[in-house]
Amino acid sequence: MALRALLGKDLRILRRSPALLALLIVYPVAIALLIGLALSSSPARPRVAFLNEIPPNQATIQLGSQQINTTRYEQELFQAIQPVPVGSMAEALADVRDGSTIAALIIPPQLPEELASAAQTAYVQVIYNGNAINQALVQTAIESKLAQANALLATQLSHVADSYIDLLLSGGELHFLGSTYDVLGLVRARTALAAIETALPRSSPLRQRIATVENFAQIAVSHLGGSKKVIAAVAAPIAVRQRVVSGSRTPLNDYAVAVAVAVSLMFVCILLASGMLALEREENTLARLRRGLVSAGLLLSEKGILAAILGVAVSFAMLCGIGLFVPLGWGRAALWLLAMAGGGLAFAALGVAIGAIVHEVRAASLLALLVSLPLVFLALVPSASVSAGLYDVIRVVSAVFPFKAALEALDAAINQSQPSLGIALAHLAALIVGFGALSRIALRP
Amino acid sequence: MTSLEAHGLSKRFGDRVAVHDVSFSLGRGEVLAIIGPNGAGKTTLLSMLAGGLEPSEGELKLPPAGGIGWVPQQTAVYSKLSVAENLRLFARLEGVADAGAAVDRMLEQTGLRARAGDEVGRLSGGNRQRVNIAIGLISEPAVLLLDEPTSALDPRQRARLWEFINDRVLAGTSVAFATHDIAEAERYAGAVLVLADGEMLFAGSPAGLGAAEHENDLERAFVAFLAERGH
Ligand SMILES: Nc1ncnc2c1ncn2[C@@H]1O[C@H](COP(=O)(O)OP(=O)(O)OP(=O)(O)O)[C@@H](O)[C@H]1O
Ligand SMILES: [Mg+2]
Repeated sequence: MALRALLGKDLRILRRSPALLALLIVYPVAIALLIGLALSSSPARPRVAFLNEIPPNQATIQLGSQQINTTRYEQELFQAIQPVPVGSMAEALADVRDGSTIAALIIPPQLPEELASAAQTAYVQVIYNGNAINQALVQTAIESKLAQANALLATQLSHVADSYIDLLLSGGELHFLGSTYDVLGLVRARTALAAIETALPRSSPLRQRIATVENFAQIAVSHLGGSKKVIAAVAAPIAVRQRVVSGSRTPLNDYAVAVAVAVSLMFVCILLASGMLALEREENTLARLRRGLVSAGLLLSEKGILAAILGVAVSFAMLCGIGLFVPLGWGRAALWLLAMAGGGLAFAALGVAIGAIVHEVRAASLLALLVSLPLVFLALVPSASVSAGLYDVIRVVSAVFPFKAALEALDAAINQSQPSLGIALAHLAALIVGFGALSRIALRP
Repeated sequence: MTSLEAHGLSKRFGDRVAVHDVSFSLGRGEVLAIIGPNGAGKTTLLSMLAGGLEPSEGELKLPPAGGIGWVPQQTAVYSKLSVAENLRLFARLEGVADAGAAVDRMLEQTGLRARAGDEVGRLSGGNRQRVNIAIGLISEPAVLLLDEPTSALDPRQRARLWEFINDRVLAGTSVAFATHDIAEAERYAGAVLVLADGEMLFAGSPAGLGAAEHENDLERAFVAFLAERGH
């Protein structure tokens, strides 16, 4: 009853402040889209420090009867990145640290050996600078190229494996380290064993043992044939070893969408909640309401709910608008709304706390902006660009304010990224409780 | 029967003592004028009585919730809402049974019927104060607290307001009001409370204050009373 009366009153006030309302909607949407644009229009081919430690004379790998030239895969990769050749691991690290390249790709010297042995997975190493956005960019590029390289290698390796298996099954000549071996093969081995078995006297205890071996050969023959299919399915002879990996794994454009939505949600919710509560003080009506007409909890909830509803409406509309240009998983729209509601309420709780502390609308708006902008900045700070101690401070600040958690919730809802939506929502719920309590203290008469 | 009682009421803002150790009671149908120089603590005292400010010390006996109407010194209205919308909102929040009728009555009382649809922010200062007063009166409370209610009103509107308040007093409403208009205090109040620098210097009838200073004119008596005490 009182809640409805207050909500109706505030909506009416907002409707009669068209300039404010337009600003409240246009400003965050413009900022959000600008940030989105800036994030998604990074150079098409990111600069990546490239260190190939394979000696030039070993660039060609002998795999069974096949020859594989690793430079061919380099060329593939260079279509996606702009390589900056470096001479050592230390140089590569330095380039990533000072930001002159956004990642380093290191091909270790033992890669041909590991590939040739085919017994273990070969590794290339990628060093990211930890910046969520750039990391996503270069990671997408490298991973897609590696996937292509892997597909090619996998086909070749499975041919090699096939020929080994054929050799094991049917026998033939094996060339290894300059020598040639005659391999018997399981089929012929079984035939030979059967012949020996019939030649032995019926009472011989050896018969029983030979039968066991023969049985084994039979099973091996029938199953090794099947294993060819399994080998064909093995897809990743080269794996990527990552260092300094932090932040989102979402590919760039999707991440930019989540950032844009989080930014617009934040501005609308914080500005509205702080402004509408500060307005009650500015108009002196707070004292009227607080003397028994409306409880502090109800008043704060009303402002929070109002700001969250309008913030969700604006950012949902914006996301739908973005959806016209970027493919989105519309089937997850309910989760988007859930993430927006969680983020919106947390931003609104922060806004309400600001409005409760500050006594004028203008001061509240200024404080809201002063608080919001660094939050966006901090949440996007690359971990490798600052010292470990400072980064810990940034992480704590980001955890205490709602932007990072809201961004994670939105990223999880829109892009199915990690951490999960549930964890992010729990984080947001804790922040709502915290800022709600803070506002109640600040609003005491 | 008392409608309101204060015992040892104090309010501090940091180091500043705005009200110090004030005690009094207000009976049913009584009218109390609170007078004193600027910064004496009148507004602070009335705000505590109204429940808009937490006392630092002391005890208050107040009528049950909704039993107090408060007209603050600074207009407390939504300037983006119309006159009628402001009245209706507070009628609903106060839990007035027939909000429509209450709004109607107050539009009549304030003479603002013609401006009912105008945003309060576009009204003159005095008309805004009329709305501010009407909100305090709308629930027909048992206790009315008014902080310099007439200071911005024209003489005709002042007379109408006191006419209205007197009707309510006859019906049993208790009234406490702050004013700098000593004649108003003398004319309408049965008791006066003199505050200066947060201290309660006098509580009694207007005639009693005059008698203490051997002065028939209450305003002169009041000024002399304060001057003798260094205010
Ligand atoms: N919110 C506040 N914070 C700090 N000091 C305050 C606050 N409100 C009032 N005061 C101080 O308390 C004292 C009493 O103020 P109050 O407004 O009650 O005086 P008053 O008697 O109503 O004055 P006036 O006649 O000018 O309306 C003043 O010194 C004032 O500065
Ligand atoms: Mg005052």
